[in-house]
Amino acid sequence: MMRVILVLAVLILGSTGGEIAITHGMKATGEPARLRPLALLQFLWRAVRNGWFWMGAPLMALSFYSLLLLLSWEPVSFVIPTSALSYVVGTLGAKYILGEQISAARWAGVLLVCAGVALVAAG
Amino acid sequence: MASERRLRIKTLIMVLAMMVCANAGDLMLKRGMSQVGAVQLTASGLAQAFRFTVTNGTIWVGIFFLTGFMLSYMTVLSWADYSYVMPAGAFGYALVTLLAVVFLHEAVSPRRWIGVVLICTGVLLVGQTKPRTTAVASEVVPA
Repeated sequence: MMRVILVLAVLILGSTGGEIAITHGMKATGEPARLRPLALLQFLWRAVRNGWFWMGAPLMALSFYSLLLLLSWEPVSFVIPTSALSYVVGTLGAKYILGEQISAARWAGVLLVCAGVALVAAG
Repeated sequence: MASERRLRIKTLIMVLAMMVCANAGDLMLKRGMSQVGAVQLTASGLAQAFRFTVTNGTIWVGIFFLTGFMLSYMTVLSWADYSYVMPAGAFGYALVTLLAVVFLHEAVSPRRWIGVVLICTGVLLVGQTKPRTTAVASEVVPA
């Protein structure tokens, strides 16, 4: 049980931490001029030259391997509901690290989504 | 007003792309990992699991879709809030349930239906908030 909790913590903190680092990097990169293949390639090239991407991507990879590991031990109906906590952790990170404004409606939505995912995945 | 509308439409398009890729990717990975079997947390166990996963075709299809997810996610995050985009990803769980009912005629428990309703309500609630609340660098230089 201890190893499951530990890997779950790595899964949640890795995915939210990684996504927050990448969001920070993408905001610094700026949005693509237009959504055409060439413009998108140039945009992605600029994005991967950003240091934050290389901080976020390994964290997300770590989280991805934790997910594979957990799924090999426990059923999806356990793994997905518990990892749904990352919606709350991610929103807290968005507020305190990225400085996004989380309105009451957005908080309510996130909590509903979190509970909903837990119920759906639990069957 | 027009730019706000454009922002919402392109966010919606990218979120849809994310959802399709994430769900297809997850499905393939789940299938692939069940072929690989339980992973032992020892050096030889991990090495063996690594060999099995990199030679499994289903896992690679999953990785292809997850790469598509990653690219659309990065793109949408360049203009929209993380806290706006992230919950929308959960709509996939509701979608999978609906598809299972319509196409596979699966029986769905009341608990799972409540979950679907909560997810849809939650995503709609977040969806009607402002997609962007922070300053963003823009490549488009006004003429």
